[in-house]
This record gives sequence, C-alpha cells and structure tokens, in this order.
Amino acid sequence: MLLVVEQFLNGLQFGLLLFLLAAGLTLVFGIMDLVNLAHGSLYMMGAYFAATFAAWTGSFLLGALMALGATLVLGIVLEMTALRHLYGRDHLDHVLATFGLILFFNEAVRLIWGPAGLALPLPAWLTVPVPILPGIHYPAYRLAIIVVALLVALLLYLGVMRTRIGMLIRAGASNREMIGALGINIKLLYTLVFGLGAALAGLAGLMQAPILTVQIGMGENILILAFVIIVIGGIGSIRGAFLAAIFVGMIDTLGRAFLPNLLRQVLSGAAASTAAPALSSMLIYLLMAIVLVVRPEGLFPANRR
Amino acid sequence: MKAFTVSKAATALMLAGLVLLPLYSQLSGNVFILTLFTRIVILALAAASLNLIMGFGGMMSFGHAAYLGIGGYAVGMLAQEGVGSGWIQFPVALAASATYALVIGALSLRTRGVYFIMITLAFAQMAYYVASGLARYGGDDGLTVYKRSDFSGLVNLGNRTQFYYLCLACLFAVLILIWRIVNSRFGLVVQGLRSNEQRMQAIGFPAKRYQLVCFVISGMMCGLAGALLANNTDFISPAVMYWTRSGDLMVMVILGGMGTLFGPVMGAVVFLLLEEFLSQITEYWALIMGPLLLLIVLFGRGGIMGALGRAGRG
Repeated sequence: MLLVVEQFLNGLQFGLLLFLLAAGLTLVFGIMDLVNLAHGSLYMMGAYFAATFAAWTGSFLLGALMALGATLVLGIVLEMTALRHLYGRDHLDHVLATFGLILFFNEAVRLIWGPAGLALPLPAWLTVPVPILPGIHYPAYRLAIIVVALLVALLLYLGVMRTRIGMLIRAGASNREMIGALGINIKLLYTLVFGLGAALAGLAGLMQAPILTVQIGMGENILILAFVIIVIGGIGSIRGAFLAAIFVGMIDTLGRAFLPNLLRQVLSGAAASTAAPALSSMLIYLLMAIVLVVRPEGLFPANRR
Repeated sequence: MKAFTVSKAATALMLAGLVLLPLYSQLSGNVFILTLFTRIVILALAAASLNLIMGFGGMMSFGHAAYLGIGGYAVGMLAQEGVGSGWIQFPVALAASATYALVIGALSLRTRGVYFIMITLAFAQMAYYVASGLARYGGDDGLTVYKRSDFSGLVNLGNRTQFYYLCLACLFAVLILIWRIVNSRFGLVVQGLRSNEQRMQAIGFPAKRYQLVCFVISGMMCGLAGALLANNTDFISPAVMYWTRSGDLMVMVILGGMGTLFGPVMGAVVFLLLEEFLSQITEYWALIMGPLLLLIVLFGRGGIMGALGRAGRG
C-alpha cells in the first residue's frame, strides 16, 4: 500500500514536471510552427544555472529564482539571434538547426562547467518527510514540485484562457496572418512566447536538479519524452499536453516500479530483471505508436482550420 | 550548362578520390586514413539510403539509425552463436531490416509531416531499448564481434584494403540501384507522391503501397550499412541506434543536398571529415560544429550540391 501511494505520487510528480517541459514545446510548436530540439538544452541550462547560483548565493530559493530569470533571458536571446530566422522554413530545417544548437550547448556546458556533473543540495527544510496519510510519509521536496507545477499549470491555463496576451497567443495559434493584419506586433509576441517556453523548461530543469545529477545531455532523454507527450496530446494543445504528460509520467514510473515483479510471475528471475527495464522504457513509445496509429493527429488536436 | 559541370566535376573528383584512397594510404603509410574512410563510406551508404525516402520520397524518417543497429546486431548475434559465414549473416541482416521496415512503415505511414518524424523516432527508440535489454548479447555495454564475416575466401574482411573496396562496391551498387529506382516508373510515382499525394491518389495510384515499398528498400540498404559497420568496428552496441545518430544521418543528407544522387555521399564525407578535423584542433569541436550547422541551414539552401550549382551559374 505504502509503495503504491508513493509510486503513484512519484508518477504524478514526474508527469507534472514533463508537463512544464511539454507546455513550452507545444506553445512554440503550435504558435510559431517551430520544431525546437534545443528545448532540452534550455532544461539543462536551467539546472546548471540553479546549481551555480545556489552555490553562489548560498540560498536554494534565491538560486532557483535567479536561474528562472537567466533561462528566460537566454531563451529570448536565442530567439532573437537564431531561431527567429527559422520561422516559415521547412520542419526539416528546424530539426537540423536546433540539432546544431544541442551540440553547441552541450559543448559550451562542458567548456564552462567541465565534464563532471554538478549537485544541487536541498536546504534542510525541504528534505523532511511529510505525513500525507496516516502512517505514510512523502519527501517534502517532491510534494513541493507537485504543488509548484500544479500552480504553474493553473496560472498558464488562466493566462492563456483569461488574459489579453493569452487571447493573442490563441489567436496566433489558429491564424497568424490574420492577427498580424489586425495590427498585433507578431515579432514581439513570438519572442515573448519563446521566452515563456524557455522559462518553463528552465523551471522543470531546476526543479529536477536536486533529484538527479546535473549533467551534460540530461536534456536529451527528457526532450524525447516531451515530444512524445505533445504528439500524443496533439500538437499545440496545452490541455492535451497536460493530460498526456500525467499519463506518460504515470506509465513510466509505475512501469519501472511494478513491471519487474509482474514479469517475475511469468518469467524466470534473471530473465525478468533484464527484460523489465527495457520493457518499461519501451512502454511510452508503444503508447505513442498506438495513439498515432489510432488517431494520427494526437488525442486532442488543436483547432486548426 | 556550366552549372551542371561544376557539381559534376566535384562529384567525379570525390568519387575518384574514394577509389584511389587505398593507393594513397599505401604510398604514404597512413593506415588511419583508410580506417577513417571505411567508416565514411559505410555511413555514406546509410545516408544515401535515407536520401531515397527523404529526398525522393518526402518521408522524413528520424529513426534511420535503427537499421544500422539491426544490421549490426544480425552480424554480431550470429557471430556470437557461431554462425560466421557472411553468406548467412548478410542476408539475415537484410531480411531483419526489411521486416522491421515493413512493420513500422505500415504503421508510420498512416501519419503525416511532423507526426511521421516523431513516430519513426519513437520506433527507433524502442529498438534502442530492446537492444539495451538483450542481456545475452551484452545489453547496454554492447557486443564484441570477435570474428568478421567470412565470405569463404572471396573477400577477406580482415584485410583493410579488401574491406574498404567491399564497402565502396556496396556504396556504388546502392547508388546505381537508387539511380535506377528514381528513374523507373516506380520512382516517378514515389516522387509524384512527394509533390502531391492527393493528385496521385486521384489518378489511381495506391499511395501507401508505393511509399511502403520505397521505405522497405531504403531500410534494407541501411541494414547493409549496419552489417558492414559491425564488421568495421568489430563491435556493436545500442549506442549505434541512439536518436542523435539518426540526427547525424539527417544532417549528412541535408548538408550534401537532399534529393540529389551524390549529395548524401558528399555530405557524409564533409560532415565526418569536418568532425575529425575539428576534433583534432580542439577538444570542443562541437562548439564550432553546432553553429556551423545552424549557418548552413540559414544560408546554404540545397546543401553542398545546391551551392555547387549556384557557383557554376556564377
């Protein structure tokens, strides 16, 4: 029982983290029609910034806030210098150009921070286990991630659905020529959306940093997961990204936790323990393949003309 | 027709260079260059196979590295089980690649555009994880191929020069095949589907069937590259199938010039030589390579072949 609740929460936490990453990706994809493979690099940069600033200021929260700002700025600079020129190009050009950016960021990090990973230690008040149900404790930090991510998701929802900027973003997603013709500064809007996406990726990175090591290439595995999520959810749909992210986070976590035991019932011990990790890593891709075969445009296709 | 001759001259120069390379290696005593170019030729073969579906067929596969792995594992696993004959290993590699391509092609071709890019990526990642889970064949750490494929004395794969020429012969054979396919009725239909699928269907061509066949042919060609690659490195590991490898192959095709016969070969040569060259002057070669790719995309439409064509036009 304890294990089930704990793994369930872990799955939720991982799913929400993936949502932060996927939300930025799906916004950029849906509105600018830009395939940004370098999104994972922004996630990595968020983690590196946080580890550096936290060590520098001696405060986890301050470091996290500064890292958030730094990724936002980095995203805006990146959009204005490089990615802006890719709008309207072929998707293949995007893939190639942002693939180049990944190489650049990985190498830049190796040059600045060295090949060894960094650690981002948590302050004492975040490491205590919190009782969530009678007799069941859960790490405070993971709970904090769930709360922060849910809060951000709510803010994002309200921001997109209830504010003027959000209205423009939605309008841009459904017909970009038209809102340009109505006198909206599209360039500024695009830069803003990209910066927002970058900040969300940075937030995901810095929150994940204390759980995993901060290392080169950390953005690439999770980037693929984020892509899987937006494809399952339907490109451009934040709601789809949210549901798909939770779904993928759960399947991945629960699969890793319980599949080995399940397999052991059918297979011999050794065979099960080697097959289980591969099988649980495959589950998500299998899910995506099934979704795409059944619904080639994802579960919640954004409203396109 | 001057434009035609500039890119043609560059291509001829490159092909002559590839053919004469072992001679240079022998005369200068530089063994390393032969090893390097064997790898380049094999990956050029893989890039050419990707170009068949990407450049001519308009199917943007982001999971082509999976075939490198499948072809390689076919050789590696058979060698491990004591089947050393290349007459068995290579056909098995081709058959395995074809089967994989048939299954994932049938599923993936239901989708379009970015979704197609992503679903092929997802299947390649699945193949990557399957290979990581093969405990009997090294799992994550990979599998050492202790004995190269044995072609009963016809060619000795242990001999550097002979192996190089085998790879080159495979490359040329595949290029000729691609050229024949592209100019055949079948190839014209596939290219028509790239331009306008609806119209082709309206004329009465079963679009998916044509695309699937093209997809399978391309997969088999890349599987051949995989089988050669395992022999070249005497080693095969899941890392060969990692998604960045598929990215590398895409880069080679686009760098050289998508939809041209010799573009991918040129792309592979330039990409891998650049990688080698930059990694010799600095450990941080990717710091230069990355922005370089970005610049090529921004300013170099049509890749190297396109640039050569423009240079010819003046």
